[in-house]
Amino acid sequence: MAAPLYMPCIKCGLCLSVCPTYQLTQEELESPRGRVQLIAAVDRGVVPLDAPEVDQTLFDCLDCRACEVACPSGVPIGELIETGRAQVTAQQAEHGQLSAGSRLVRFVLRHLFPYPQRLERTARALRWMQRLGLIRFADKVGLLRLFPAGWAEMARALPQIPSKSGRSQLVLPDDSKTSLPTSEAIKGTAALFLGCILDVIFPQANLSSAHVLAHNGWNVCVPADQRCCGALAIHAGDREAARALARRNIDAFLASGADTIVTDAGGCGAALLEYPQLLADDPAYAQKAQDFASRVQDIAEVLVQNGFEKPAAALPMRVTYQESCHLHNVMHVISAPRQLLDSIDGLEIREMPDAARCCGSAGIYNLTHPQLAEPLLARKMADVPSDVDAIVTGNPGCWLQLLHGVQAYGPSCAVTHTVCLLDAAYNREVRS
Amino acid sequence: MPDERRLPADLIHALEEIVGARFVRTTIEERALYAYDATIRRSLPDAVVRPKTTQEIAALLPICGAHHIPVVPRGAASGLSGGSVPLRGGIALDLTRMDAILEISPQDLLAVAQAGVNTQRFADAVAAQGLFFPPDPSSALASTLGGNAAENAGGPHAFKYGVFRDYVLGLTVVTADGRILHTGGRTVKNVSGYDLTRLFVGSEGTLGVITELTLKLIPKPQAKRTLLTAYDRIEDAAETVSAIIAAGMQPAALEFLDDASMRVVESYLHLGLPVDAQALLLLEVDGPAVAVTEQAEALIALCRTHHSREVEVAQTPQQAEQLWRARKSISSAVARIKPSKISEDATVPPSKLPEMVHRLQEIGRKYEVDLVIFGHAGDGNLHPNIMCDERDAQEMTRVWQAVAEIFATTLDLGGTLSGEHGIGYMKAPFMAWEHAPAELDAMRAVKRAFDPLSILNPGKLFPEDVPPWPVPLPTYPRTPPSA
Repeated sequence: MAAPLYMPCIKCGLCLSVCPTYQLTQEELESPRGRVQLIAAVDRGVVPLDAPEVDQTLFDCLDCRACEVACPSGVPIGELIETGRAQVTAQQAEHGQLSAGSRLVRFVLRHLFPYPQRLERTARALRWMQRLGLIRFADKVGLLRLFPAGWAEMARALPQIPSKSGRSQLVLPDDSKTSLPTSEAIKGTAALFLGCILDVIFPQANLSSAHVLAHNGWNVCVPADQRCCGALAIHAGDREAARALARRNIDAFLASGADTIVTDAGGCGAALLEYPQLLADDPAYAQKAQDFASRVQDIAEVLVQNGFEKPAAALPMRVTYQESCHLHNVMHVISAPRQLLDSIDGLEIREMPDAARCCGSAGIYNLTHPQLAEPLLARKMADVPSDVDAIVTGNPGCWLQLLHGVQAYGPSCAVTHTVCLLDAAYNREVRS
Repeated sequence: MPDERRLPADLIHALEEIVGARFVRTTIEERALYAYDATIRRSLPDAVVRPKTTQEIAALLPICGAHHIPVVPRGAASGLSGGSVPLRGGIALDLTRMDAILEISPQDLLAVAQAGVNTQRFADAVAAQGLFFPPDPSSALASTLGGNAAENAGGPHAFKYGVFRDYVLGLTVVTADGRILHTGGRTVKNVSGYDLTRLFVGSEGTLGVITELTLKLIPKPQAKRTLLTAYDRIEDAAETVSAIIAAGMQPAALEFLDDASMRVVESYLHLGLPVDAQALLLLEVDGPAVAVTEQAEALIALCRTHHSREVEVAQTPQQAEQLWRARKSISSAVARIKPSKISEDATVPPSKLPEMVHRLQEIGRKYEVDLVIFGHAGDGNLHPNIMCDERDAQEMTRVWQAVAEIFATTLDLGGTLSGEHGIGYMKAPFMAWEHAPAELDAMRAVKRAFDPLSILNPGKLFPEDVPPWPVPLPTYPRTPPSA
C-alpha cells in the first residue's frame, strides 16, 4: 500500500516561513503546507480539481523549492506541484478552458524553445529590433503596453542580444571535441549543456564555461543534438513536451560518452537531475535517465571538486552573490560558487541577507505573475548592498530578472555569472 | 463529498461588515485549509475569519454567540494536541494578521506583541536588542505567541528557564460575550486579585481569545556552550540525566534522542551524527563566560563516568545552530519512518526518567508499534511518537491501545498527560484518569463563568465533549492483575 506523496506532510508548518509567496501574502493558500493539503483535499474528493483556488495555489507557486529544504519530513513538494499542474492543465485543455495566456505560453514552449534554429532566428530578429531602436520606439509610443503586464518590463530589461549564440561558436560539425586548447593533464571529458534562452541572450556564460573547463584540464565536448532541458515546460504543467526533450537530451549526451555533464544554469541543472522522476514510467528511458542524471553537475561544483587553478591576476571589485533557487534548493550547490569567487584576488564578496530567497524570476514567473514577482524583486533589490559593482548569480532567469531589478530599483551595478568572472580573471592573467 | 453546511446569510454578512469581505471565506477550498493542525484528525470549519484588531474580535464574538456558532481561535495551526481543529465546525478564527510587535522595552525588561506574531521572529527581534526570551518550542519557526500562550508551550530551555506561563506578565483577552479584559500588567510582582493571566495561559482557546501579550524578558546570557554525546546503551543516557539533576547542575537544556530519532534526522540533515549509537544527549550551558567553561567541564566529566562516548563541543555558533536545528527537526523528520504520527508528551518527575524510557520501549514492543523517543529529558518531558499508517486499521488499533498505556504508565509514575502540547481532543478522553471529579468540576465552573454558551473551541479539554477514543478504554487506575 504505497502512501500518496502528500501523506508524510504532517502539517507542522515549518515550511511557511521560508515560502516567498507566503511571506508576501500571509495566506495559507499561498503556502507550501496549504498547497500540499489542497492537493490532498482534491485527491480525497473534498475539493474539485477545477476549482479556481486549486489553479491559483498550484500556479502562484514559484517552484523555488525552498520549502523542500525546510521540510524535515521529506515531502516532495516540487513533484506534487508539478504533477498537480499537469493534471489541471490537462483537464483545462480537455474542456477547452485553457486561458489565452496559458495557450500562448504552451505554444512558445512547444514550438520555439525546443528548436535551437528557431530560437536563434527569433533572437536575431529581436537583435535587429533592438539595433533599429524598434523596442525603444514601441515603448515610447505605448505599443509595449499592449502586452500583458510583466512583458514590457522584460523587453526593456533585455540586454543587447549578441550576434552569435554559444551554440554557433562551440558546436563542431562532427559533434566530438571542441578545438579549445587544454592543459596537458586531462581530467576527463566534460559535455557542456547549453540551455535555450541562456545561450542566445547570455552566450558569454557558455563560452566562459567552456574556456574555464579547458583551462583546468577538461576535454570539452558540446553535443549538437542537445535541446532545451524542459524545465519551463515542467513548470507550465506540460510534462509531455518535457519528456520529449528529456529523451532527446539523454540520447545526445549518453552518445557523447562523457562522464560529466556540465551545466551552468541552476534551473536547467535541476531539471536534468530530475529526469529520472519525469521518465519513471517510461520503460525504455527510466534506466537511461538514472544513468544520465548521475553524471550531471553544476560547473562550480565540477571545478571545486576536481581542483581548479587559482587565477594569478587580481580582479578588484565588490560583488554580492544571489543564489539561484534551483542551484541551492535542488542541486544543493551552495559553497562552490563562493569558493570560485573567493579564489580571485581583489574580489570581495559582500553577502546579502537571505541570499537564497527567490528574486521572483522563477523561469517565466515574472511574465506570468508580475503582481507577485515585482514585490519579490523589489524586496530582493533592497537587500543588495548598495556599494557592489556586480550581482553574481548562476542561472539565466535570475540574471535577466536582476537586470530588470537594477534598472527598476537599483543599486546601479552589473549582473553577471560566477563563471564569467572566473574566466575574466584567467583572461587578465593571459594579457598581463 | 462537497460539504453542504452553510452559515446563516445574515451572520456571514455581519462578519463581513466587521472584518471586511476579503477576510471572510466560505468556499470549500479555503475551509479545507483550516480543517487541520499538526495532528491527524481533520474537521472543516463553516467559515474562516481573519480579523485584524481586538475590537473586531470583540464585535464578532457576541454575534456568533447569538447564533450559537462555535469559534475556534487559531495561530499557525502547528499544535500537536488538536487545539485549533474546528471539531464542531463554526468559525476558524485566524489571528495571523495580528502580527505587530508593539514594544520592546529594555528599561522594563518586557515586550508587548499581538497574538499572531511568529514566535521565532519575536525571539530574534528581542535578541537584536541584547535581550532573551527563553521559551523556545521546537515549532517556533511556525508557531505564534498567541498559540504558544494558549497551549502554554515550553521547549528545551524550559528546564532552566521555565515555560511560557513564566514569561507572560499580562494579556489582552476577548471573552465570549465580547468584553475586552486586560489581565496582569507590566510588573513581575503583581498580586492584585485573582491571577487571571495564568488562567488564560494554557486555556487552549476555551475561555477567551488572547489578542495581545505583555511578555517578560531577561538579559541575554554572556556565553553559552553546546555539547553533544552518544551512548551505546540507552539506559546510560537516562542515568546521566538523573545524575546531572541529582548533582545540582542546571544546564540550559538537556535533550534526549533515541537511535531511531537520531537516524531519521541524520537522513534529513547529514550532519554526521553517530548513527550506530543507541542514544544521544544534547546539552547546553549558559551564563558568565568563566562559569560556562567550568559547567561544561563538569558535565563532560559526568557524562564520561556514565559511559558516554567522547563529548563533542560545538566549536562555532553555526555548529551549535546546526545541532539545534537537528533537534528541532525531529518531530517532523520522524514522518520519514511512516507517514502518520501520533505525538505524545507524557511528562514524569525527573527521577523517573530512566524507568519511563524503559517502560516506553516495552510498550513499543508489546503493541508492535514504531515508537520513537526523544524530548526534554531534563524536566522529564519526553515525546514518545508512534509512527504509523492511518489507513491500516489493524495497526491503528494497536497504536491507540499503546497510547492509552503510555498515559496509564505516565500517571503511575506520578506524571501528567501533557507537559507542553496541551490536551486538545487528543488527550481529553483521559482527563478523568488524571483529575478527580472535583477538579474537573472546578474547571467546568471556570469554563461556564467565561463562556456560558460554550461557543469557544467546543470539543476540547473535557472528557465528555470529545469524540470517543477509537478503541475501548481500559479502566484507570489499573486493577492489579489477580494472582
